[in-house]
Amino acid sequence: MMRAAVVHGVAAAAIVLAVAVTARADGVLTEMPEAPGGRPDLSGVWQALNTAHWNLETHASAYPALLELGAQFAVPPGPGVVEGGTIPYQPAALAERDRRFENRLAEDPEANCYLGGIPRSTYMPYPFQILQNGDDIVIYYQFATGIRRIFVGGEQEAPLDSWMGWSNARWEGDTLVVEVTGFNGQTWLDRAGNYASANATVVERYTPLGPNHLQYEATIEDPTVFTRPWTISMPLYRIVDEGFRLLEFKCEPYAEERIYGHLRKPGTEPPEGATLQ
Amino acid sequence: MKAKDCLIAAGAIAGVMALGAPLGAQAQSAAENPRTAWGVPDFSGVYAEYTTAPLERSREYGNREFLTDEEFAELERRRLAPIELNPTESTTTPGTRADVHYNFDQFALGANEGVSSPNRRTSIVTMPGDGRIPETLPQAAERVQSMRAATRGREFDGPEFRSLTERCIMWSSTLPPILPGGYNSNLQIFQSPGYVLIQSEMGDPRVIPTDGRELPDNLVPQWNGTSVGRWEGDTLVIETTGFRPETAWRSSSQNLRVTERISRIDHDTLEYAFTVEDPSTWAEPWGGVYPLTEMQDSVLFEYACTEGNYGMANILSGERAVEREAAGQE
Repeated sequence: MMRAAVVHGVAAAAIVLAVAVTARADGVLTEMPEAPGGRPDLSGVWQALNTAHWNLETHASAYPALLELGAQFAVPPGPGVVEGGTIPYQPAALAERDRRFENRLAEDPEANCYLGGIPRSTYMPYPFQILQNGDDIVIYYQFATGIRRIFVGGEQEAPLDSWMGWSNARWEGDTLVVEVTGFNGQTWLDRAGNYASANATVVERYTPLGPNHLQYEATIEDPTVFTRPWTISMPLYRIVDEGFRLLEFKCEPYAEERIYGHLRKPGTEPPEGATLQ
Repeated sequence: MKAKDCLIAAGAIAGVMALGAPLGAQAQSAAENPRTAWGVPDFSGVYAEYTTAPLERSREYGNREFLTDEEFAELERRRLAPIELNPTESTTTPGTRADVHYNFDQFALGANEGVSSPNRRTSIVTMPGDGRIPETLPQAAERVQSMRAATRGREFDGPEFRSLTERCIMWSSTLPPILPGGYNSNLQIFQSPGYVLIQSEMGDPRVIPTDGRELPDNLVPQWNGTSVGRWEGDTLVIETTGFRPETAWRSSSQNLRVTERISRIDHDTLEYAFTVEDPSTWAEPWGGVYPLTEMQDSVLFEYACTEGNYGMANILSGERAVEREAAGQE
């Protein structure tokens, strides 16, 4: 068992203890830890640092969806994360993407606090935590307290469609390759209306670039929406804050006005301040 | 606490267990007491929380904790008796309750469909000795009353006036402490080095560090509180506090502190014991114990509540319809 949570400056004796009790320390790691079984241990809290959640494609800075929100909610510019720059939509699907963009204020499921789906959950502006043991992996996403089980070596088909999909994985060398199917087609890929359907297959690749960075790739194949498979690629950064804990972000209360506001008793206002029960 | 101190402190507590136990003893008990590759008890799996014992003890039993053989046999006889299922191709009459509510049999949600562990206990609550949840203190009742005053008479005005459960924010059964609920009363335990993840099917995942760290000083109020765990021998002990005031589990304040203790009973069963304390809600701590029964080769499927919350829209639109109808009749 060669698992080692190696932290800078920790003496050899402490490393032996770490193996025995598997205490996991925070902070900057100097060496990529190994999981039981010898694969890279992807455990940790990670986050993307880019503008992919605004728009996967190359985009200039832009107005917010609601002008009153001002510069705080304006779209920052980004070079995009799509290999080749643009998403290869079929013509009708491109028109649908543009329609969704126009209606993003009303239709983006993120605003309703709906589970983000894959790959969107990876590059939303919230951290996520990978837990890995010798056999299996769980990813816990801060947004909407989403969770996803990844079955390494799993071959079972999705029993039912879902928001986060069904994830079977295998290792290719140091790369974790996750094939995600069984989507319900209700998630978006970003805030710009980009989307795939329930027919999509997403193949994700998580590759350590070093102890504190992963390269993340997702290839999206959906013959009903795209002319060919296409790939996004970005680094993920380990959160190294000492004592960092992923806090729950239960966003349901903040979406109630937009989902149910039209059903409020006429002439009444929501209660003041925090949520009631 | 610095990272290095974390490692050493944790070593001092748990190292004895992992390194000190004779290898032979570990091998001998491996079948009944499986361990992870990194040496702690392996509780991973999906478990049913259903048990035959009620949360609170019926007063007729007084301070008696266990059923007699005869009482238990009779309970089991009734529990295991075949039930009359609805016809498989059931049709319902539009407009009736049966038409708009779940068909529990059809969806295998009936109590007899899932795993329910036989339990000789007269109640899940074991402390205090009468097996009943203590009365809340007057100050707690006042606190709850003032929270509810804002909603009284406005229960159907908007979503914020409905219960946390209807709003898909939380179920009182999925918090720490986790208790058997009405349906989907299952939980998943996932372990990785230094962490235990516990998730009730209808609740939020709790990622619980067991790496020697303590509860942070700057607790951020959370619906499910903040948890830290530690191993005491082969028992996982989890301490949770730092709840949001709106959580108000059984009228508790945000000072609620929950201790959970999970240990193995046998190959298929874990024991889940809990103690709750909140001096501004109950005069004394109280708690209980019940078994978690493993459902072999099971996984929890995604629980997406707010994504499919037709109930809230129906409740509010129903009330608006009632109001319009009443206005039309005036």
